[in-house]
Amino acid sequence: MSSHASAVSPAGSVWEGGQSPYATNSKKFGMWLFLISDSLTFSAMLFAYTYSRVTNPDWPKPFDFSPAIIFSTVMTFCLLSSSLTMVLAVHSMNHGDRKATVRWILATMVGGGAFVVLHMSEWLKLINVEHVTALNNPWGVPLFGGTFFALTGLHMTHVICGLIYLAIIATGVGRGKFKAEDVEVSGLYWHFVDLVWMFIFPLVYLMSARVG
Amino acid sequence: MSSHAEEAVHVGANISTFTKVWIALLVMTGIEVLLAYEQVPTMIMLTVLLGLSIIKAALIIAYFMHLKFEKLSLFLTLFPMLIFCIVLMLIFLGDAVRIPNMRPPA
Repeated sequence: MSSHASAVSPAGSVWEGGQSPYATNSKKFGMWLFLISDSLTFSAMLFAYTYSRVTNPDWPKPFDFSPAIIFSTVMTFCLLSSSLTMVLAVHSMNHGDRKATVRWILATMVGGGAFVVLHMSEWLKLINVEHVTALNNPWGVPLFGGTFFALTGLHMTHVICGLIYLAIIATGVGRGKFKAEDVEVSGLYWHFVDLVWMFIFPLVYLMSARVG
Repeated sequence: MSSHAEEAVHVGANISTFTKVWIALLVMTGIEVLLAYEQVPTMIMLTVLLGLSIIKAALIIAYFMHLKFEKLSLFLTLFPMLIFCIVLMLIFLGDAVRIPNMRPPA
Protein backbone atom coordinates (compact mmCIF):
# COMPACT_ATOMS: atom_id res chain seq x y z
CA MET A 1 0.00 0.00 0.00
CA SER A 2 2.75 2.45 0.95
CA SER A 3 4.74 1.59 -2.20
CA HIS A 4 1.54 2.10 -4.22
CA ALA A 5 0.95 5.48 -2.61
CA SER A 6 4.50 6.64 -3.20
CA ALA A 7 4.28 5.67 -6.88
CA VAL A 8 1.97 8.59 -7.59
CA SER A 9 2.55 12.18 -6.67
CA PRO A 10 0.15 13.18 -3.88
CA ALA A 11 -0.79 16.60 -5.28
CA GLY A 12 -3.42 16.41 -8.01
CA SER A 13 -2.92 12.70 -8.48
CA VAL A 14 -6.64 11.93 -8.32
CA TRP A 15 -7.20 14.12 -11.37
CA GLU A 16 -4.79 12.09 -13.46
CA GLY A 17 -7.17 9.12 -13.41
CA GLY A 18 -6.46 5.48 -12.66
CA GLN A 19 -7.36 5.94 -8.99
CA SER A 20 -10.44 5.53 -6.87
CA PRO A 21 -11.30 9.01 -5.61
CA TYR A 22 -13.87 7.61 -3.16
CA ALA A 23 -11.66 4.69 -2.04
CA THR A 24 -14.66 2.42 -2.34
CA ASN A 25 -15.69 -0.44 -4.60
CA SER A 26 -18.07 0.06 -7.53
CA LYS A 27 -20.93 -1.97 -5.99
CA LYS A 28 -20.99 0.19 -2.88
CA PHE A 29 -20.79 3.41 -4.85
CA GLY A 30 -23.57 2.16 -7.16
CA MET A 31 -25.78 1.38 -4.16
CA TRP A 32 -25.11 4.85 -2.71
CA LEU A 33 -26.17 6.46 -6.00
CA PHE A 34 -29.35 4.37 -6.05
CA LEU A 35 -30.14 5.27 -2.43
CA ILE A 36 -29.67 8.98 -3.12
CA SER A 37 -32.10 8.83 -6.05
CA ASP A 38 -34.50 6.75 -3.95
CA SER A 39 -34.38 9.30 -1.15
CA LEU A 40 -35.47 11.95 -3.65
CA THR A 41 -38.46 9.75 -4.55
CA PHE A 42 -39.42 9.36 -0.90
CA SER A 43 -38.81 13.07 -0.23
CA ALA A 44 -41.18 13.94 -3.08
CA MET A 45 -43.85 11.60 -1.71
CA LEU A 46 -43.46 12.90 1.85
CA PHE A 47 -43.68 16.41 0.44
CA ALA A 48 -46.86 15.49 -1.49
CA TYR A 49 -48.33 14.14 1.77
CA THR A 50 -47.38 17.32 3.67
CA TYR A 51 -48.69 19.57 0.88
CA SER A 52 -52.03 17.72 0.79
CA ARG A 53 -52.27 17.91 4.56
CA VAL A 54 -51.66 21.67 4.72
CA THR A 55 -54.22 22.34 1.94
CA ASN A 56 -56.88 20.35 3.82
CA PRO A 57 -57.61 21.84 7.27
CA ASP A 58 -60.06 18.95 7.91
CA TRP A 59 -57.27 16.35 7.49
CA PRO A 60 -58.23 13.29 9.57
CA LYS A 61 -56.40 11.95 12.63
CA PRO A 62 -57.24 8.28 12.29
CA PHE A 63 -54.59 6.82 14.61
CA ASP A 64 -55.72 6.23 18.19
CA PHE A 65 -52.80 6.25 20.62
CA SER A 66 -53.89 2.83 21.75
CA PRO A 67 -53.63 0.61 19.76
CA ALA A 68 -52.52 2.24 16.44
CA ILE A 69 -49.61 4.38 17.70
CA ILE A 70 -48.39 1.69 20.12
CA PHE A 71 -48.61 -0.76 17.22
CA SER A 72 -46.54 1.47 14.90
CA THR A 73 -44.04 2.09 17.73
CA VAL A 74 -43.51 -1.68 17.97
CA MET A 75 -43.03 -1.71 14.17
CA THR A 76 -40.39 1.02 14.55
CA PHE A 77 -38.68 -1.01 17.27
CA CYS A 78 -38.58 -4.07 14.97
CA LEU A 79 -37.04 -2.05 12.13
CA LEU A 80 -34.48 -0.28 14.36
CA SER A 81 -33.43 -3.56 15.96
CA SER A 82 -33.13 -5.23 12.55
CA SER A 83 -30.72 -2.44 11.58
CA LEU A 84 -28.56 -3.31 14.59
CA THR A 85 -28.54 -7.00 13.67
CA MET A 86 -27.65 -6.08 10.08
CA VAL A 87 -24.67 -4.05 11.31
CA LEU A 88 -23.60 -7.10 13.34
CA ALA A 89 -23.94 -9.27 10.21
CA VAL A 90 -21.60 -6.92 8.30
CA HIS A 91 -19.24 -6.90 11.31
CA SER A 92 -19.16 -10.73 11.44
CA MET A 93 -18.55 -10.97 7.68
CA ASN A 94 -15.65 -8.50 7.97
CA HIS A 95 -14.15 -10.88 10.53
CA GLY A 96 -14.69 -13.83 8.18
CA ASP A 97 -17.30 -15.54 10.39
CA ARG A 98 -19.81 -16.73 7.78
CA LYS A 99 -21.99 -18.74 10.18
CA ALA A 100 -22.51 -15.75 12.47
CA THR A 101 -23.18 -13.59 9.40
CA VAL A 102 -25.99 -15.88 8.26
CA ARG A 103 -27.46 -15.93 11.79
CA TRP A 104 -27.45 -12.13 12.05
CA ILE A 105 -28.95 -11.74 8.56
CA LEU A 106 -31.72 -14.18 9.54
CA ALA A 107 -32.33 -12.15 12.71
CA THR A 108 -32.58 -9.05 10.50
CA MET A 109 -35.11 -10.82 8.32
CA VAL A 110 -37.18 -11.75 11.39
CA GLY A 111 -37.30 -8.04 12.36
CA GLY A 112 -38.20 -7.02 8.80
CA GLY A 113 -40.78 -9.81 8.53
CA ALA A 114 -42.42 -8.75 11.80
CA PHE A 115 -42.57 -5.19 10.47
CA VAL A 116 -44.35 -6.31 7.27
CA VAL A 117 -46.86 -8.51 9.16
CA LEU A 118 -47.70 -5.72 11.64
CA HIS A 119 -47.91 -3.16 8.85
CA MET A 120 -50.25 -5.34 6.80
CA SER A 121 -52.58 -5.82 9.79
CA GLU A 122 -52.52 -2.03 10.30
CA TRP A 123 -53.53 -1.56 6.65
CA LEU A 124 -56.27 -4.18 6.87
CA LYS A 125 -57.70 -2.50 9.97
CA LEU A 126 -57.76 0.86 8.16
CA ILE A 127 -59.40 -0.68 5.07
CA ASN A 128 -61.93 -2.98 6.78
CA VAL A 129 -62.76 -1.18 10.04
CA GLU A 130 -62.22 2.51 9.21
CA HIS A 131 -63.26 2.06 5.53
CA VAL A 132 -60.29 3.98 4.17
CA THR A 133 -59.31 3.26 0.55
CA ALA A 134 -56.87 4.96 -1.80
CA LEU A 135 -59.74 6.95 -3.32
CA ASN A 136 -62.21 7.50 -0.49
CA ASN A 137 -62.70 7.62 3.28
CA PRO A 138 -65.40 8.51 5.83
CA TRP A 139 -63.83 11.91 6.60
CA GLY A 140 -64.29 13.27 3.06
CA VAL A 141 -60.57 13.83 2.44
CA PRO A 142 -59.73 11.36 -0.36
CA LEU A 143 -56.13 12.62 -0.53
CA PHE A 144 -55.48 11.09 2.89
CA GLY A 145 -55.94 7.54 1.61
CA GLY A 146 -54.13 8.28 -1.66
CA THR A 147 -51.01 9.75 -0.08
CA PHE A 148 -51.01 7.40 2.94
CA PHE A 149 -51.23 4.18 0.93
CA ALA A 150 -48.80 5.40 -1.76
CA LEU A 151 -46.18 6.43 0.79
CA THR A 152 -46.43 3.51 3.21
CA GLY A 153 -47.02 1.10 0.29
CA LEU A 154 -43.82 2.17 -1.46
CA HIS A 155 -41.96 1.79 1.83
CA MET A 156 -43.44 -1.66 2.46
CA THR A 157 -42.45 -2.68 -1.10
CA HIS A 158 -38.90 -1.65 -0.23
CA VAL A 159 -38.98 -3.75 2.95
CA ILE A 160 -40.29 -6.81 1.04
CA CYS A 161 -37.63 -6.34 -1.69
CA GLY A 162 -35.06 -6.01 1.12
CA LEU A 163 -36.21 -9.31 2.64
CA ILE A 164 -35.78 -11.06 -0.73
CA TYR A 165 -32.37 -9.39 -1.21
CA LEU A 166 -31.24 -10.48 2.28
CA ALA A 167 -32.52 -14.04 1.71
CA ILE A 168 -30.38 -14.26 -1.44
CA ILE A 169 -27.33 -12.84 0.37
CA ALA A 170 -27.81 -15.14 3.40
CA THR A 171 -28.14 -18.23 1.17
CA GLY A 172 -25.04 -17.25 -0.82
CA VAL A 173 -22.95 -16.47 2.27
CA GLY A 174 -23.99 -19.81 3.81
CA ARG A 175 -22.74 -21.61 0.66
CA GLY A 176 -19.40 -19.82 0.73
CA LYS A 177 -20.27 -17.34 -2.02
CA PHE A 178 -20.20 -13.51 -1.83
CA LYS A 179 -17.58 -11.29 -0.24
CA ALA A 180 -17.72 -8.94 2.75
CA GLU A 181 -18.49 -6.02 0.41
CA ASP A 182 -21.65 -7.77 -0.87
CA VAL A 183 -23.02 -8.09 2.67
CA GLU A 184 -22.07 -4.47 3.35
CA VAL A 185 -23.91 -3.27 0.22
CA SER A 186 -27.07 -5.19 1.21
CA GLY A 187 -26.69 -3.62 4.67
CA LEU A 188 -26.64 -0.14 3.10
CA TYR A 189 -29.98 -0.88 1.44
CA TRP A 190 -31.51 -2.24 4.65
CA HIS A 191 -30.40 0.76 6.72
CA PHE A 192 -31.89 3.07 4.12
CA VAL A 193 -35.28 1.37 4.50
CA ASP A 194 -34.96 1.95 8.26
CA LEU A 195 -33.92 5.57 7.69
CA VAL A 196 -36.97 6.33 5.53
CA TRP A 197 -39.26 4.96 8.24
CA MET A 198 -37.62 7.42 10.69
CA PHE A 199 -39.40 10.16 8.69
CA ILE A 200 -42.65 8.36 7.82
CA PHE A 201 -43.35 7.29 11.42
CA PRO A 202 -43.33 10.80 12.98
CA LEU A 203 -44.79 12.70 10.01
CA VAL A 204 -47.56 10.30 9.06
CA TYR A 205 -48.36 8.47 12.31
CA LEU A 206 -47.34 10.65 15.27
CA MET A 207 -48.61 13.89 13.71
CA SER A 208 -52.01 12.18 13.25
CA ALA A 209 -52.23 10.65 16.73
CA ARG A 210 -55.53 10.82 18.57
CA VAL A 211 -55.47 10.62 22.37
CA GLY A 212 -58.55 9.86 24.45
CA MET B 1 -3.95 -5.56 -0.68
CA SER B 2 -6.93 -7.61 0.45
CA SER B 3 -5.61 -7.80 4.02
CA HIS B 4 -5.21 -4.04 3.97
CA ALA B 5 -8.80 -3.64 2.73
CA GLU B 6 -10.00 -5.89 5.55
CA GLU B 7 -8.17 -3.74 8.11
CA ALA B 8 -9.63 -0.57 6.63
CA VAL B 9 -13.16 -1.93 7.05
CA HIS B 10 -12.66 -2.40 10.78
CA VAL B 11 -11.51 1.15 11.45
CA GLY B 12 -13.68 3.20 13.82
CA ALA B 13 -16.51 0.73 14.26
CA ASN B 14 -17.14 -1.73 17.06
CA ILE B 15 -20.11 -3.49 18.59
CA SER B 16 -20.36 -1.24 21.64
CA THR B 17 -20.58 1.87 19.40
CA PHE B 18 -23.34 0.27 17.32
CA THR B 19 -25.26 -0.68 20.47
CA LYS B 20 -24.96 2.86 21.83
CA VAL B 21 -26.29 4.28 18.55
CA TRP B 22 -29.19 1.80 18.63
CA ILE B 23 -30.06 2.83 22.21
CA ALA B 24 -29.87 6.52 21.25
CA LEU B 25 -32.25 5.86 18.33
CA LEU B 26 -34.68 4.03 20.63
CA VAL B 27 -34.58 6.83 23.23
CA MET B 28 -35.30 9.47 20.57
CA THR B 29 -38.18 7.38 19.23
CA GLY B 30 -39.50 7.15 22.80
CA ILE B 31 -39.37 10.95 23.15
CA GLU B 32 -41.28 11.31 19.87
CA VAL B 33 -44.01 8.94 21.01
CA LEU B 34 -44.24 10.75 24.37
CA LEU B 35 -44.74 14.06 22.51
CA ALA B 36 -47.58 12.49 20.53
CA TYR B 37 -49.19 11.24 23.76
CA GLU B 38 -48.94 14.70 25.39
CA GLN B 39 -50.58 16.31 22.31
CA VAL B 40 -48.03 19.15 22.11
CA PRO B 41 -49.11 22.16 19.92
CA THR B 42 -48.74 21.33 16.20
CA MET B 43 -45.86 23.65 15.24
CA ILE B 44 -43.72 22.75 18.29
CA MET B 45 -44.48 19.07 17.70
CA LEU B 46 -43.55 19.28 14.00
CA THR B 47 -40.31 21.15 14.72
CA VAL B 48 -39.18 18.74 17.44
CA LEU B 49 -40.19 15.65 15.45
CA LEU B 50 -38.36 16.83 12.33
CA GLY B 51 -35.30 17.81 14.39
CA LEU B 52 -35.16 14.40 16.07
CA SER B 53 -35.75 12.61 12.74
CA ILE B 54 -32.83 14.46 11.14
CA ILE B 55 -30.57 13.54 14.09
CA LYS B 56 -31.72 9.91 13.85
CA ALA B 57 -31.12 9.85 10.08
CA ALA B 58 -27.65 11.35 10.59
CA LEU B 59 -26.79 8.68 13.20
CA ILE B 60 -27.96 5.87 10.90
CA ILE B 61 -26.03 7.27 7.92
CA ALA B 62 -22.86 8.01 9.91
CA TYR B 63 -22.58 4.79 11.93
CA PHE B 64 -24.82 2.05 10.52
CA MET B 65 -24.18 3.05 6.90
CA HIS B 66 -20.53 3.69 7.76
CA LEU B 67 -20.34 7.08 6.01
CA LYS B 68 -18.41 8.60 8.93
CA PHE B 69 -15.54 6.26 8.12
CA GLU B 70 -15.59 6.79 4.34
CA LYS B 71 -13.62 9.42 2.47
CA LEU B 72 -14.99 12.96 2.72
CA SER B 73 -15.21 13.11 -1.09
CA LEU B 74 -17.95 10.44 -1.06
CA PHE B 75 -20.05 12.50 1.36
CA LEU B 76 -19.45 15.71 -0.62
CA THR B 77 -20.47 14.04 -3.88
CA LEU B 78 -23.71 12.57 -2.53
CA PHE B 79 -25.23 14.75 0.16
CA PRO B 80 -25.02 18.52 -0.56
CA MET B 81 -27.05 18.13 -3.77
CA LEU B 82 -29.55 15.83 -2.06
CA ILE B 83 -30.16 18.34 0.73
CA PHE B 84 -30.36 21.18 -1.83
CA CYS B 85 -32.99 19.32 -3.92
CA ILE B 86 -35.09 18.48 -0.85
CA VAL B 87 -34.99 22.10 0.35
CA LEU B 88 -36.02 23.24 -3.16
CA MET B 89 -39.24 21.21 -2.87
CA LEU B 90 -40.25 23.30 0.15
CA ILE B 91 -40.71 26.35 -2.14
CA PHE B 92 -44.18 25.05 -3.01
CA LEU B 93 -45.38 24.92 0.63
CA GLY B 94 -46.39 28.59 0.48
CA ASP B 95 -48.97 27.62 -2.14
CA ALA B 96 -50.36 24.90 0.14
CA VAL B 97 -50.93 27.50 2.88
CA ARG B 98 -52.79 29.76 0.40
CA ILE B 99 -55.25 27.13 -0.89
CA PRO B 100 -57.39 26.72 2.30
CA ASN B 101 -58.08 30.49 2.20
CA MET B 102 -59.46 30.16 -1.33
CA ARG B 103 -62.25 27.82 -0.24
CA PRO B 104 -65.78 29.24 -0.55
CA PRO B 105 -67.42 29.71 2.88
CA ALA B 106 -69.43 26.66 3.90
